[in-house]
Order: sequence, then C-alpha cells, then structure tokens
Amino acid sequence: MQWETVIGLEVHVQLATKSKIFSGASTTFGAAPNTQACAIDLAMPGTLPVVNEQALRYAIMFGLAINAEINQRSVFDRKNYFYPDLPKGYQTTQLDHPIVGPGVVEIPLSDGSHKSVRIHHAHLEEDAGKSLHDDFHGMSGIDLNRAGTPLIEIVSEPDMRNAEEAIAFAKKLHAIVTSLGISDGEMAQGSMRFDVNVSVRPKGQNEYGTRTETKNLNSFRFMEKAIALEVARQIDLIEDGGSVKQETRLYNGDTGEARSMRSKEEANDYRYFPCPDLLPVEIDDAVIQELRDNLPELPDAKAARFIARYGLSDYDAELLSSDRATAEYYETVVKACDDSKLAANWVSGELSARLNADETSIAHSPVTAPQLAGLIVRIKDNTISGKIAKQVFEAMWNREGDADTIIESKGLKQMSDSGELEAIVDQVLADNPDVVEQYRAADDKKRKKLLGGFMGPIMKATKGQANPGMVNQILVKKLNT
Amino acid sequence: MHNNTIAELAEGLTNKTFSSEELTRHYLDRIKTLDGQFNSFITITGELALAQARRADARLANGDAAPLTGIPIAHKDIFCTDGVKTSCGSKMLDNFIPPYNAKVIEQFNQAGAVILGKTNMDEFAMGSSNESSFYGAVKNPWDTRCVPGGSSGGSAAAVAALLAPAATGTDTGGSIRQPAALCGLTGLKPTYGRVSRYGMIAFASSLDQGGPMTRSAEDAALMLNVMAAFDPRDSTCIDQAVPDYSATLNDKLDGLRIGLPREYFGDGLDPEIEQAIQAAIKEFEAMGATVKEVSLPHTELSVPCYYIVAPSEASANLSRFDGVRYGYRCENPKDLQDLYTRTRAEGFGDEVKRRILVGSYALSAGYYDAYYRKAMQLRRMIKNDFMACFDEVDVIMGPTTPNPAFGLGEKTNDPVTMYLEDIYTIAVNLAGLPGMSIPAGMTGGKPVGLQLIGNYFSEARLLNIGHRYQQATDWHQQIAAAAGGEK
Repeated sequence: MQWETVIGLEVHVQLATKSKIFSGASTTFGAAPNTQACAIDLAMPGTLPVVNEQALRYAIMFGLAINAEINQRSVFDRKNYFYPDLPKGYQTTQLDHPIVGPGVVEIPLSDGSHKSVRIHHAHLEEDAGKSLHDDFHGMSGIDLNRAGTPLIEIVSEPDMRNAEEAIAFAKKLHAIVTSLGISDGEMAQGSMRFDVNVSVRPKGQNEYGTRTETKNLNSFRFMEKAIALEVARQIDLIEDGGSVKQETRLYNGDTGEARSMRSKEEANDYRYFPCPDLLPVEIDDAVIQELRDNLPELPDAKAARFIARYGLSDYDAELLSSDRATAEYYETVVKACDDSKLAANWVSGELSARLNADETSIAHSPVTAPQLAGLIVRIKDNTISGKIAKQVFEAMWNREGDADTIIESKGLKQMSDSGELEAIVDQVLADNPDVVEQYRAADDKKRKKLLGGFMGPIMKATKGQANPGMVNQILVKKLNT
Repeated sequence: MHNNTIAELAEGLTNKTFSSEELTRHYLDRIKTLDGQFNSFITITGELALAQARRADARLANGDAAPLTGIPIAHKDIFCTDGVKTSCGSKMLDNFIPPYNAKVIEQFNQAGAVILGKTNMDEFAMGSSNESSFYGAVKNPWDTRCVPGGSSGGSAAAVAALLAPAATGTDTGGSIRQPAALCGLTGLKPTYGRVSRYGMIAFASSLDQGGPMTRSAEDAALMLNVMAAFDPRDSTCIDQAVPDYSATLNDKLDGLRIGLPREYFGDGLDPEIEQAIQAAIKEFEAMGATVKEVSLPHTELSVPCYYIVAPSEASANLSRFDGVRYGYRCENPKDLQDLYTRTRAEGFGDEVKRRILVGSYALSAGYYDAYYRKAMQLRRMIKNDFMACFDEVDVIMGPTTPNPAFGLGEKTNDPVTMYLEDIYTIAVNLAGLPGMSIPAGMTGGKPVGLQLIGNYFSEARLLNIGHRYQQATDWHQQIAAAAGGEK
C-alpha cells in the first residue's frame, strides 16, 4: 500500500528578552545553577508575577511576520502539574485566548516550488527549570535558571507531508524569529525545540490516522531522523495488523531510538483555568501599528533583495537570508570585499560546511566577517589562488590570524614573477617532450586538455603557489612557438 | 495606655507622655502576661519591636514622624516579614523565614510603625473560627469558650484583648469582617486592588485583600492611609490615587441613602442581632440618612459560588508547597511521588486538604464547565446585583454575621454550617467591593457587627459613616472583661 505521512509541529521558541516573562531575573544562558532565579522564579510564598512587556511585543512581532491575527485581548492560564523543576506547581501559559491567532508560513521545497503551512495559533508561556539527574548521590538536582524564560509556542496545522517539508518549515520559522531578532535561535542551547506530531494514512484517504507526538527535538537533524523512525514504526505496526496508539514519545539523539513516554490514558488532567494573578492582556491598535511599522526585514523580502541587489541565485539567496546572523555576516563580507558572488560562494560554501562540521553557529564562527572579506580581497587581487585560499581559511578557522598574516607567515603568496615561472615551465616542458609533441599535433579541443596536464607538475613544483593565469599564458606562448 | 486608640497613642507619643519604647514594652508585657488565655500570637517579635521602637523614638525626636510612627501593630501571619517566621498558620511553613517583606509590611516600616508580632490565623486563611490553625485555636476575649471568628482570628483577639492597638488582617470571604464582628472591632476589607497582595501568602488570588482591624473607624482610616498604595509588583493592584482617609471622617451624613437587602434579614439571622442592626439603622436615620429596602437576589448562591472559586484558585496556589524548595518536607522520602504525597499529607491540615480536593475536582476535565465556568457566570451576576443597588443607594447595610461568636468545636464537624457563617460577607469579595464591620450592639455578652458595603473605592465614605456612628454611640468602646478594662 502507498502511505501518506501527515505532520504537524509545535515549536517552542525562547524569546530574547533580557529578563524573564514574569520576573526581573536575567535570562542569560550558561550561568551557575540557580544564580538567575529570584524569589518569584522560586515560587516563594506571596510572590506574584508581572508580565514582561517586551515578551508581549516579541510575540506580536512574530504574529505580524506570519500575517496572523493579533488577539487584542489574550488571557494567561494556569496549567497544573507537579514536577520539581516547575516551582509553582503550574505553568503559566495561554490556552483559549492566545496572543497570536491563525497565520501562514511559506516554505520552499526542493523542486523550487513553495508551499503554505497554516499556523493554528502561537501563545506565550514560561519555560520550566531543569532537572539534573547525575552526581547527586541518588537525588536529583534542580536548576531554576531557565524557569520563567519566555517562550512562544507556535502550533502548526497538520499541513506537512514528509520530513523534508517539516524541516523546511522548522528552518523557515528559525529564519523568521532570528530575522525579527526575537530569539537568538541557538538550537544547541535549546532556544528552539520541536514537538512533532506524526500520523500516516493510506494515500487518498481523507481522515487522519492516529497521531503520536515526539517531544523536545532540538536539532533539524534529530527531527528528520525522529520523523523517519516514527513513520516507519507506524507503517510497520499497521501493516502487521496492529494499530497506532495515541501517545507521547521521546527520541534519544545519542542512541537514535525512540520510546513511548506516556499513553493518552496516562495523560495528566492539567486543570487549566485563567490565572487570577494576571489580568487579561489588552493590546492597543497603536502598539500593533508601531510594531508593524518597525518590523525588521523578513527572510522572503531579504532573499528577494539579495537576488536583485547582489545578483545571487535563488538557492544562494534563500540560504543566505535564512537567518539574521548569516545575512548580516554575508552583507558585512560583501561590503568589505566588494564582490557579492565570491562572498556568497564562501559564506554558503566553505564557511557553512565548516560550521556544520563543527556543529557551531555563525554567531560563534572563529572566522569573522571582516576576516573572510580580507581573504576574498586577496583572491581578487591575485595574491593567492582559490585553492591556496582554502588553506588560508583553514588556518583562520584555527585562529592563526587574519589572511594577510597567514599568507605572509606561511609564505603562501602566489608566484607571479614571470621569469621564475618561465624557468619552471621550461623545465616541465623539457621533462615531457612527448606530450609537447602531442600538443603541437592536436586540435584546439584536445590542446586544451593537454594544457591542463602540464598544470599538475607545475603546481607541484611551486607548492601550488604559481599564479594559474600566468602559467597558462606562459604555456600557451611557449607551446605555440 | 492599652485602652487608647491609635489616634490617642499617637498624641501621647507626640506630646512625649510616653516613648514608643515604653509603649512597645507595655504591649509586649501584656502579650506575655495575658496571651496564654487567647493564643492570639504565633510569633512575638520582641527584639525587633524594641529596635523599631527606638528608631521611631529617634524619628519622633527629630520631628519627622508620620502618624503611625512608634505605634505597635500586630500582623496576621500571612504577611511575609523579612527574617521573621511567616507560617500562614500551617505546619507546612512552620520553618519558613522569608527573605523579603510583604508590601504591606514595607508600608508600615516606612511609616515607622512597630511590629509586635505575627498573629494566629486559620491555616492558609481557610476557616471562619480560627480552629484550623496548626498553632491551636484562638479564644474570643469576650468569652474564651467561644471562637473569635476567622480567618484573622488572632488579629481580632489580640486587638480585642488590648494586646495590640491595631492589627492587619486579610479577607477572602469575610476573614476581616467576621472576626471583627465577633470580637467587637472595626474591620475593613478594602476594594480588591486597593492594597497590594505582594508578599501576602495567597489563598484565593482574585478574592484576597488585606485590611485593618482596629478599635475605631478613625483608627482604621489611619491604618488604611498606610496600607493602601499602588504596587507594580502586584498586577491586580489598581493605580488610583490614595485619598487621606482621615480627612473626611467627619463629613455629614445628611441625605445618605442606605439600602437594606431583604435577603440579609431572613431566616437564619439571630433575632437579637436583627434588633441591634435595626437600632443602628434608626441611629443613621436620626443623623439624616434615608433607608430603603433593596435586593441582592443571588445572595444564597454566593456561598456555593465562593466554594467553587476560592478552592479552585487555592488548589493551584498551594501547589508550590511541595517540599522541594522551602517549608516542610517529609522525612526520608523514598522517591518523588512519596516526597509529594507525604509532605502534603503531613504538612496540610484537614480543612486545607478539603479545599484543595474541592478545587481540583471543580477544575478537572469534564467538570470545569459545570462548576468553575458556572461559578464565574454567577460571580458576574452577583456583582450586577450590587451595581443595581448602587444605582439607588450609597451604602448597603446589614448584619456582618448571622450569629454571634459560637462555641469552640461547635461547628468543626459540620463544614457547611461553618461556611454559612459567611453568607453576608462572601458576596462582597466575589464582587470585589469594600466592606466594613463595626460594633453595633451586644447579645448575651457578645458583640454584634454591622456591615457596611460600598461601591468600588468608597472606603473613605465607609470610614466616614462608621466614624459618625461611633461619635454617636459607644459600642466600639466596650471592652472585654478578660482584657482588663482598667487604664
């Protein structure tokens, strides 16, 4: 049978506010445990929440970016459950009256087409703390630094039909929130986390199959793997005569395996009710208008601008506008080296590959944008060849200095002295008299190929530093006389 | 000294008849000597009080004293006090010492008042008799076989026994007004949002409000002048200018329109209390007020409405008491579930558990619409009843309680009868209105309370009405024999 996959996403995005959603404690990542938790975060008796206005503004900005309705009256609710990293015994969230209503996100597909994914709503809520289960002599440690960090939870409709679409959607959300500057988008630090709802159904069937939810995936790669795993599991189950049970599942990135966390029957009754400590949030038209007027450039507009202004391909433009840090990096490089194509090739090529390999983000790139521009300038003025440039880039990545320093200290400057090069060319031609003969007897097409054959030994003799353009000229001149 | 009102004591301090230190020592001695019979204090803050008194004396000497500078005050043990145990009447917080002050405490500290100690209360303010306290029942100074009312029973008994000139209380369904009535005091529950709830341990967030418990309306005005303040840390606190509540105490009552809700004078009201209330109304008529009957048709439903709303909110508010970060933790928990279960089973008393269960039930899936949502609808109707009345009258008057102070243990086994003691006070909280109880007679040697209910932010008018009444009568000057009436 032909199966169709149906995927919906719930995406938690940490907002980049300075302080927490209901307290004045800092949200900076990586502090010593419990040093960024105040009396309110600890749910000390008598303490009360006050909504962080910036969190409201960020949520509204997201809504505007996806052309969603902004609910001018939204309500915070209490979601009740006991867990040690949830100090109040309830999470303050929004259930029936979220701040952002239905909207749409356009995603690019690999065949060049686009697809609309509908957003059901997005709401504000607080993050929980962290439970640490090792090194406490059989006890658990609780770190409440993260408790109260503002989140928006973005809930999509089940509009995606395969992992590729889900990833494209997730990446687009990442691009939107980072372009808006409402989240740092640092996946490794948990700034964006995905819950994936997956079901399968026979192709052509209208009703949805029973879905499962795989929670808390914090990378695109894990998401892709978890979806593939779950789709295969569900199809196997059904094809073996069984049925899918509605449940919440956990994917383990280390083992690449998933397991059931709780079934529908075991699900908590969260006893939601409106939080009496917080008044309903009322948003003025003026605030919405002000945010709309000052909305930063969004990824789609940015991509269009990159194509028009820098002459980039659709692919490069999409890639380079995919998050604010990358776009800013790229534009800084272009400005400093004045070559948008070379800059695009390097940022989306070598740099991007290296970042991926090291699992780091462009914000933490050891090679800064001005440094990369410095390297490109040296390619353009023929100080080094593109090939040597990769070597220089590698050294820059290892923090050995900027391009000029490395070129100097490693003696990688391109050999452009015609006398020196002529001597080397003469030697290589003398070593290969038969090839010289072949060349002279050949037609244009074959000559080109044979000419290339001389490049290898010449580059070897110059440790790759020979200026390829000049070598070419010298070769042609010598062979044609 | 202990027979004096705050206003009189402040005069004594200003005239150097006595110092704040002397005054404070006097009250501390009285508490030490007499409180054994009432059990009105959980914690006596002797050293802190004397240190504050000496600072107050310095302020008085420097001439930068505020009206309450140097006046000793007792605080309900629901207000967090920096460095001083704040138990909320519960075993759960028997070891809890907050590192911060409630806004109300900050206000009193700023005014230069002296903290005598923390008063006994029903556990987490859940009760109408002060019998649910982990620290034992409080006894009514008018008859120590009777309850003082609750939940601010310790504050009421302390002031009635002249162990403190005044005290703070909190009122979620009548917890200031009912004990004030049963102990012969003036007790004011302000408009919801008038007094900051920051640092006031929550029972039912949408109903809780702090207020003063005093021996006169004049004193209540002095207290409210300190307590009422906008606080950005409480999102439900309303940013509205605070009037000088003392300034309008003597305004005339000519043309005051009084409404008597017919539902407050029906079955279940003690006839002697009814007579006392009618006599008080006559007094107001003599002062130029007009009286008409009004109706609050949903009065009877206010009790069930309250017992959905308040426990629902409480069930979530009390979830933080889990043994993880502070407060009581059971011994040797074997796992997380055991930690939660035993901590809460051992740390909470029966009434608190009852309300957590009721609230959890009312909010649970499948019951929410039938209970919580219905109760919220009813709450709007109750508010509308009052609003309709205030189109016709300026103030609503009636009894504060259907009965005078009842015997200790008399209603503990029958929660519903106990809950009905609050039938006249509960609707005021549901509507968020200000309400005040003032002494208006005696029955069988026990005080009777007259309740005044005003429109939003009409505290100044209520205090004015109470003060004028107290100028014409002396019910508020009656002193319980156990307090020792001598000067």
